[in-house]
Amino acid sequence: MSERYSRQMLFPPIGKEGQKKLREKHALIIGAGALGAANAETLTRAGVGKLTIADRDYVEWSNLQRQQLYCEEDAVRKVPKAIAAAKRLKAINSEVQIFPRIMDVGVQEMEELIEDVDLIIDSTDNFDIRFLINDISQKHRIPWIYGGCVGSYGLSYTILPGVTPCLNCLMDKLPLGGATCDTAGVIQPAIQMVAAHQSAEALKILAENLESLRATLISFDVWKNQFSSVNVSSLRNPQCLSCGTKPIYPFLDYRIQTKTSLLCGRDTVQIRPSALQDMDVAYLEKSLVSQGINVESNPYLLSFSINDARVVVFKDGRVLVHGVRDILQAKNLYHRFLG
Amino acid sequence: MNVFINGDAMVLPETINSVSLLLEHFHLEQKVVIVELNQHILDKSMHAETILTDGDRIEIVHFVGGG
Ligand SMILES: [Zn+2]
Repeated sequence: MSERYSRQMLFPPIGKEGQKKLREKHALIIGAGALGAANAETLTRAGVGKLTIADRDYVEWSNLQRQQLYCEEDAVRKVPKAIAAAKRLKAINSEVQIFPRIMDVGVQEMEELIEDVDLIIDSTDNFDIRFLINDISQKHRIPWIYGGCVGSYGLSYTILPGVTPCLNCLMDKLPLGGATCDTAGVIQPAIQMVAAHQSAEALKILAENLESLRATLISFDVWKNQFSSVNVSSLRNPQCLSCGTKPIYPFLDYRIQTKTSLLCGRDTVQIRPSALQDMDVAYLEKSLVSQGINVESNPYLLSFSINDARVVVFKDGRVLVHGVRDILQAKNLYHRFLG
Repeated sequence: MNVFINGDAMVLPETINSVSLLLEHFHLEQKVVIVELNQHILDKSMHAETILTDGDRIEIVHFVGGG
């Protein structure tokens, strides 16, 4: 142990004590895309005790330019990101307990995921889930670290319940139809910059060096050469519904959870059955093949093409429909082939 | 008008004299933003009436969802 972490323990703010604390901690990363992969690799190399990584997607070719844990074979085999990430992370550091979860994180999943967790790192691609993370963080008093990135621009903020403003204090509304990685692109250095800020703050929290936390909202553009660091503590709102004196955690209300959603930056619709339950993928495959449909599968999912659309069915019952523009078209295909 | 935006010195056209107009100028009016003027965070309701003056130091942070 000491040889592997020697340089980190020589760093005085961590030291032997900090390293021991790190080993006792459990970090949860929501999303195993570009930010998730970068944060997970840093924490795994640093020797965190346990790492849970939850993601709903599988590896595609367009991920390889920036999602550092994945390789070509993962894209060819359509390996779920959580599984591909866990495999690579275990190869990097077998001392870390890695818990991959293939799931679309909603309220119920979140309540289950945060058990025993010391820190949540946001590596998601939309604000619906971030507001959910924000409320669960306030409800269970678990810190979380926001990170967002598009093009060459990125930003990050560390939210400590009871200390800092929360995301609901900082954002008065949900951004609609903003630029996404699918429409505006994204470059790896911007991702790395956001992830570097997130994982540095994560190490401070996990090694219990809270006085070193940054306390500002940082943003930067690595192409336009801009950097900004703003003290937002004045935005902490006592009336905030998520972190104020009478919180109601509005985003934990199951009724507001959407069953279908357009995924960030692709012509993809996700359909989430109201009760997630294991799908008999082998049976479905047989039935599709008997209809003359060409099916590809691996232990976690199966996929098939109909006209220009591609349908991917996960074992937990979720379905991704690629190559459609609207939710209706996706639902039609869903009901046609999956009941 | 000479101002500093996110640390960069910039010359703004004379017509752009309020925070709202500045956000429009950068196509940020539809975005969720936090604006700091001379190290003081502005309340969102004040963006329209907050007048810019020569030498102002402005930080604009907009939220993005990708990752
Ligand atoms: Zn709040």
